[in-house]
Amino acid sequence: MDHSNAAALQAALEPHLPDCKPGGYRIVLDLSRLSYISSAGLRILMITSRQIKSQQGVIAVAAMQPVVREIFDISKFTLVLKCFDTVGEALAQTAP
Amino acid sequence: MTMLVRIWGCRGSLPVATNTSKLRVRLIAALQAARWKTLGSKEEIIRFMDAELDFSVTHSFGGNTACVEIESGGSDYVACDLGSGAREFGNRALAAANPGKSDTFHFFVSHLHWDHIMGFPFFAPAYVAGNRIRIYGCHPNLAEGFVRQQRAPHFPVQLSQMAADIQFVQLEAGVSAEIAGFSVTPKLQQHSGDSYGYRFEQSGKSIVYSTDSEHKLEQTEHTRAFVEFFRDADLVLFDAMYSLTDTISVKEDWGHSSNIVGVELCQMAGAKHLCLFHHEPIYEDEQLETLWRDSQRLEEITRSGQPLRISSAFDGMEILV
Ligand SMILES: [Zn+2]
Ligand SMILES: [Zn+2]
Repeated sequence: MDHSNAAALQAALEPHLPDCKPGGYRIVLDLSRLSYISSAGLRILMITSRQIKSQQGVIAVAAMQPVVREIFDISKFTLVLKCFDTVGEALAQTAP
Repeated sequence: MTMLVRIWGCRGSLPVATNTSKLRVRLIAALQAARWKTLGSKEEIIRFMDAELDFSVTHSFGGNTACVEIESGGSDYVACDLGSGAREFGNRALAAANPGKSDTFHFFVSHLHWDHIMGFPFFAPAYVAGNRIRIYGCHPNLAEGFVRQQRAPHFPVQLSQMAADIQFVQLEAGVSAEIAGFSVTPKLQQHSGDSYGYRFEQSGKSIVYSTDSEHKLEQTEHTRAFVEFFRDADLVLFDAMYSLTDTISVKEDWGHSSNIVGVELCQMAGAKHLCLFHHEPIYEDEQLETLWRDSQRLEEITRSGQPLRISSAFDGMEILV
């Protein structure tokens, strides 16, 4: 995920954002097949997370590969998004 | 042909000074680590310091605002920006001056924000008759910016009263000029009131000075242009003032970039050495050391081609290119 396909992530997330609020959906991103994320991808996650937080919704990421996990640590994105080891754990922990 | 890049000032926005309490914290850390060691000679002490103490105990990132000298073996001096680091640069040049012989200085100015010009009133060679000073930049009000900061009531000596032969030279973004043995190409950058980066080329070596520059890598054309500007550079001095999270949230459009974007752009461009520059004045040395180590680690885990060397600028640092 870099500047060449970050816009596609944004487009894919957009239709789901309005319903990501109390009484609606939670969004959990399964990152198990993501091998790299650049600043452009992180930026989309930041924008998405800010919108969701403003409507009291919940977004989390799960199942990061070690490199992606370290990119999150270095960029302090572990403070921006809730991070979980597995999708199951993310769903359980973010349940209302 | 080897060039030497010397950092006279690398702090962003405002000079910072250390103080007694910070100095004592360092001394305590050093003395604690030295307990039970036999450190007889000065050489033994230096070996111990370099091997066993943290970088941020034995070094200070400093100090002065932007001023970077490029020494290429020519007779003229070449430097970027005239921040407060220019004071020491000028003093050193005066001390090295041959009696009865004048010197020529070429300064490439990124922009006219105070931190990039504040050293000029204290640049001693400008007060010596016979010296020639050429100040290059792309802002149409380049001369006015320098003249104004020395006008009353800001400073007692007007620029016109300085004895050296001082001239301002307009350059144009994207148009290379041959100056002091270098081919110099300016590039427009995103910053409040615009700033310009400079790419210096000589004998197959290239150095890019790119400070006070915000990057929006999601903008394809912007990214492509900067990758070209940094292409295969032997050294890129890069504005890494803010954290990535700040540049894409609270400090978006504040005109600065991050270490992470620096690593990405240099990787895409195949640059050889990234030097983090324009340090945030609120960061202590320990925070700057962490930022530097994090950047090295990021490069290591995301590397796909040749390794990119990463350093973090400190006042007095010398880089061989
Ligand atoms: Zn600045
Ligand atoms: Zn500036």
